[in-house]
Amino acid sequence: MAPQTRPDRPAPDSDSASWWAALQDGNLMVNMCQACDRASLYARPFCPHCWSEDVELVPATGRARLYTWSVVHQNAAPFADRTPYVVAMVDLSEGPRIMTAIEGCDAKDLTPDMELEAAFRTDDDGFAVPVFRPVLR
Amino acid sequence: MPTNQVAIVGVGLSDCGRVPDKTATALMAQSARRAVADSGLSKDDVNGLGAHGSLLAPVEVSEYLGLRPTWVDSTNVGGSSWEVMAQHAAAAISSGEIDVALLTYGSTARSDVKRQVRSSAAAMSTGGALQFEAPYGATLIAKYAMAARRHMIEYGTTVDQLAEVAVAAHDWAVMNDNAFEQQRLTLADVASAPTVADPFTTKHVCLRTDGGGAVVLAGERVARNCAKEPVWIIGSASATSHVSMSEWSDFTTSAAAVSGPPAFAKAGVTPSDIDVCQLYDSFTSTVLLTVEDLGFCEKGTGGPFIGSGALRPGGALPTNTDGGGLAACHPGMRGMFLMVEAVRQLRGECGPRQVDDARLACVHAMGGFFSHSATMILGRH
Repeated sequence: MAPQTRPDRPAPDSDSASWWAALQDGNLMVNMCQACDRASLYARPFCPHCWSEDVELVPATGRARLYTWSVVHQNAAPFADRTPYVVAMVDLSEGPRIMTAIEGCDAKDLTPDMELEAAFRTDDDGFAVPVFRPVLR
Repeated sequence: MPTNQVAIVGVGLSDCGRVPDKTATALMAQSARRAVADSGLSKDDVNGLGAHGSLLAPVEVSEYLGLRPTWVDSTNVGGSSWEVMAQHAAAAISSGEIDVALLTYGSTARSDVKRQVRSSAAAMSTGGALQFEAPYGATLIAKYAMAARRHMIEYGTTVDQLAEVAVAAHDWAVMNDNAFEQQRLTLADVASAPTVADPFTTKHVCLRTDGGGAVVLAGERVARNCAKEPVWIIGSASATSHVSMSEWSDFTTSAAAVSGPPAFAKAGVTPSDIDVCQLYDSFTSTVLLTVEDLGFCEKGTGGPFIGSGALRPGGALPTNTDGGGLAACHPGMRGMFLMVEAVRQLRGECGPRQVDDARLACVHAMGGFFSHSATMILGRH
């Protein structure tokens, strides 16, 4: 992946480059440990639970539950253009918790532990940002 | 008392609030000179130094002060760095490695923003662990706001109960001439302030001031001959949590739940014995989690506990008696000010805001985004 310089873009490294690259292809991955059978994130070249190096990135289901969130009303550029927006912590069905944005839903309709599914927001620079949306019933 | 007992024997604050005409290092030096003078010791007695800086810190600060210490520390875990350095210094003193340690802090965070040499929004890294948060615009305030919301979800804590932390802080501040804020605040004032990251309005967020502080630590032999009554460090402990919000397993419980119990156990006291608290108040909700995690009330009952007015002057748990980071002074790493105010309360030097017969104080500092916790129990003997 090309180096990113915007404040809203990650600076991938040798631990994370393949995780970000998979996201650009629409795949949210978790770091799966073959030794202890537990998933982890963020991507590391070992398992933070048992320290085994027998890990591999595998696709997640994309299903998650909303743990908590905040509606951000004030921030500097480039985020200022998007306020108000929802920052959230969600728990993937595989176990790991991640920070994300909730989109496709009015903030007042968010409820604790609601079911979510992964989506990908492609920004004007072509970068795909993993976000989550409510599961439609 | 064991012979290796260590005390805080000197405290000092630099000019605080708006200090556009001094550098951060000058504020470190000013508070250091005041703290050493307060102790009755002299510059030549200091052989340990703890400070932050930019170039080979703390050597840079030693040089500026004209000191050549044989023990240095520059631990950086955010606002609780000073409590950790105090723990380290106490260990070095009790082992006989050094006699007197000086810890000093200074920051021109407010003036730097005015001078536009610092951004008002803390620029977070987009590399390392924080790269995974980079796309989402999670401000420091939003991170704390998410933790506050989870407490509201699990325990029914209300925004007004959180706001009471700010109201109590301002009630204390009006009794402290050195506090940045000199006006009382109501729950309605907090609620009607602009929303930054919900559920937080600007009044749930600490100040950004200039300021510095310093403490002088010494062992029993030196402390007995100091100018003021020594304030003994009778228990202390630290704990580490996370830098990635995703690595925090329970947003309603901080590392204070780990650092608190051993600090109280070493001191041989319980939360109900404490006369006065200085608890890091980066945000209103920081105090909420802290009073629960340290055992001043049961987990989940911090809202009603604070809502009862416990933290206010005359309350069950007088807390942040200088006005705290919400109303007195917050230049970025407030942990130093917690120790200074605790010592002044235990010495009975606090004038109109003095807590009657304060004999035992609990200091609790927090660093980062609930990333690190350090608890100290201080007492007169």
